[in-house]
Amino acid sequence: MSKIGVFICHCGENISATVDCEKVAAEAGKMDGVEFATDYKYMCSDPGQTLIKNAIKEKGLTGVVVGACSPRMHEPTFRKACAEAGLNPYLCEMSNLREHCSWVHEKNEQTTEKAIDLVKMLVEKVKKNKPLNAIKVPITKKALVIGGGIAGIQAALDIANAGQQVIMVEKEPSIGGHMSQLSETFPTLDCSQCILTPRMVEVAQHPNITLYTYAELEHLDGFIGNFKATIRLKAKSVDYKLCTGCGLCTTKCPSKKIPSEFNEGLGMRTAIYTPFPQAVPNKPVIDRANCTYYQKGKCKVCEKVCPTGAIQYDLPDQFITEDIGAVVIATGFNVLKTDFFPEYGYGKYADVLTGLQFERLASASGPTLGEIRRPSDGKVPKKIVFIACSGSRDPAKGIPYCSKICCMYTAKHAMLYQHKVHDGESYVFYMDIRAGGKNYEEFVRRAIEDDGVNYIRGRVARIYEKDGKYIVKGADTLLGSKPVEIEADMVVLATAGVSNPGAEELAQKMHVSYDAYKFFAEAHPKLKPVETNTAGIFLCGACQAPKDIPETVGMASGAAAKVIGLFSNNELTREPLIAVVNRSAPPVFSTCVGCFMCQTACPYNAIEREEIKGRDGSVIKTVAKVNPGLCQGCGTCVAFCRSKAIDMQGFSNEQMFAEVMALLNE
Amino acid sequence: MSEFEPKIVAFVCNWCTYAGADLTGTSRIKYASNVKIVRFPCTGRIDFMLLLKAFAEGADGIIVSGCHPNDCHYTSGNFHARRRWVIFRGLLNFMGIDVNRIQFSWVSAAEGAKWADVVNGTVTAVRELGPYTQYRKAADYLAQQDQSIIDGQEAMIIK
Repeated sequence: MSKIGVFICHCGENISATVDCEKVAAEAGKMDGVEFATDYKYMCSDPGQTLIKNAIKEKGLTGVVVGACSPRMHEPTFRKACAEAGLNPYLCEMSNLREHCSWVHEKNEQTTEKAIDLVKMLVEKVKKNKPLNAIKVPITKKALVIGGGIAGIQAALDIANAGQQVIMVEKEPSIGGHMSQLSETFPTLDCSQCILTPRMVEVAQHPNITLYTYAELEHLDGFIGNFKATIRLKAKSVDYKLCTGCGLCTTKCPSKKIPSEFNEGLGMRTAIYTPFPQAVPNKPVIDRANCTYYQKGKCKVCEKVCPTGAIQYDLPDQFITEDIGAVVIATGFNVLKTDFFPEYGYGKYADVLTGLQFERLASASGPTLGEIRRPSDGKVPKKIVFIACSGSRDPAKGIPYCSKICCMYTAKHAMLYQHKVHDGESYVFYMDIRAGGKNYEEFVRRAIEDDGVNYIRGRVARIYEKDGKYIVKGADTLLGSKPVEIEADMVVLATAGVSNPGAEELAQKMHVSYDAYKFFAEAHPKLKPVETNTAGIFLCGACQAPKDIPETVGMASGAAAKVIGLFSNNELTREPLIAVVNRSAPPVFSTCVGCFMCQTACPYNAIEREEIKGRDGSVIKTVAKVNPGLCQGCGTCVAFCRSKAIDMQGFSNEQMFAEVMALLNE
Repeated sequence: MSEFEPKIVAFVCNWCTYAGADLTGTSRIKYASNVKIVRFPCTGRIDFMLLLKAFAEGADGIIVSGCHPNDCHYTSGNFHARRRWVIFRGLLNFMGIDVNRIQFSWVSAAEGAKWADVVNGTVTAVRELGPYTQYRKAADYLAQQDQSIIDGQEAMIIK
């Protein structure tokens, strides 16, 4: 027989002004199974809580209903009070008499009647409540950071500096990401490499960071605090223990005509290569697809010249598994390439470049050592046209979003060009200038006013070649859509920022959701920007959407803070309000029939298959099992279950039906 | 008809509509008092047996409300719920039950005023439809049938 205690709060006058609290308490006292009912001015105050604690001890209550404000506000308060009095906290429920009754209704009899009904509902529910215990999950204090760009570097350093272990996985032979390709950075025009390379070195030398370059995540299993990651270390063909990074092999390699990824195809590299001179680690890898030895079986020049004998052609791919507690995804973005712009002639004309290619041209470490020269003939372009929103904000290209960084880097490009070619003329075609950021608008104004960049508001229809010049045909919409034609020597397209190829595959590997553009999806667009829907997996930087460096770094530190917060405990305590598959005595074991509808419904992949075996080891049946580490307690599986084998603790069928029936049965 | 006050049960999710209804309270927006809220973790949790049970037990109208599409705290619970509602409405229609007795809506945690509108709109609509006894009668009838079958079986065993 249940002994329920009902405690009605006046909340000063907030409830008692419209609800007759004494009457509610008196009526509650008459309800079936209610042992004790009272009202008090402030239930959440110390004396109010003492009242509850004393009643629990004196009357031996088996459940508590507090009729007060919203459970979203004070449920933890009263549950804690119950726990202090020795009652399981999950045997306490709150009836919302303030927000859902006294504040929204007039003072009359119906309002008091409603308050009585609301209390009755929860009394019936609490009778069916079961004592629950918080779930404790152990945590492996080691983080995996996927991606070695500025986002990954910042996150890894923040976590490592907090004293936690970090594993960084980067698919390229060097960390640095897109930021290492940039010449100068807006809005201060400081050199990208100057601020980035010290951090790259710091990552490589940090005692708490294990760096795996030329590696990829192969597989991820487990749940928050207890992931198991399999990492593929791609064969470098160079023994890094022996290699000193002298670089002799890269200078002697005969295959010198391979387009360099780092230089966006504007420069060439050898088959054994380091991506750029400041690479971290500064040791080469052999690109097997382009190496003469791997393709034709002859050459071995690098092996002959290597003074330490570090070249090993038969090194295989290695797989390592690591136990980790949290993952930070920082895989970054890419820019739209290939023949996406037939009307602009990209891919057809050598001097129609993407923003990232221009970045390499303008960079001191680039193929032209920072001089702006046409890739086709090496001449300095005297007239250059920049086209903003190339692909972005264009539903026809499938990219309706704003790529955010292009307005700024276009202004920067034009500025850099003006600084380097004093007699040059630059034009920017734009749709809108979106320069929302600290000192951003001023930066664009500087390009226009101080450096004399010509901004033309309008889109470009077509680019074609005529007498060695590119004719850019567009319109000036501020002059009534007057057609504009510019004879340019070079055209730079501020191509849209898009997700990395392989982002979708990676997201699926980690059971993380992604959006229509294959960017990783955050758990909540406003309040959980660095979390994903899978607990323990965080994201930062441009893998979520195009971002500039300050935002990326801020986000990376945010993700790192989340990881550090997680690692600050030895155990993870979770609310036990999760789904559970029922268990019954043999020979049934569970009413689950193994249809696994719940598995398809679960947004968190929390439902596993479990084989129930007999004494002889044979499988009797396969049933669903909820992984308490992954389950977030939405209860979607409960509504899906055909055999009613799965139920949710705290919101069980029994409880919910009791609540509904209490409300309606007179 | 003016004396008839419909009994309306609201099934809402904890994260959006429940919080929205809290906001209605903190904003002191008044609405009809014959609506009682049952809190669920997510609209995805709301089993339609609960709605049928509510009708069988004497509810005249039902409100189901949760987060707007793409705002679900659990990513996709409200999508599952929406899909189920569409089918369920079709079923109700097929059964000859006026679908206006169930109001489905999205109310976010910031839409306190909208919650009051949803409640008042539903109360007005259900008041016009009148008391709902059809399903309760059917449920009672079926319960009797069940009982008589059980009774019959017992009799057979005794023989």
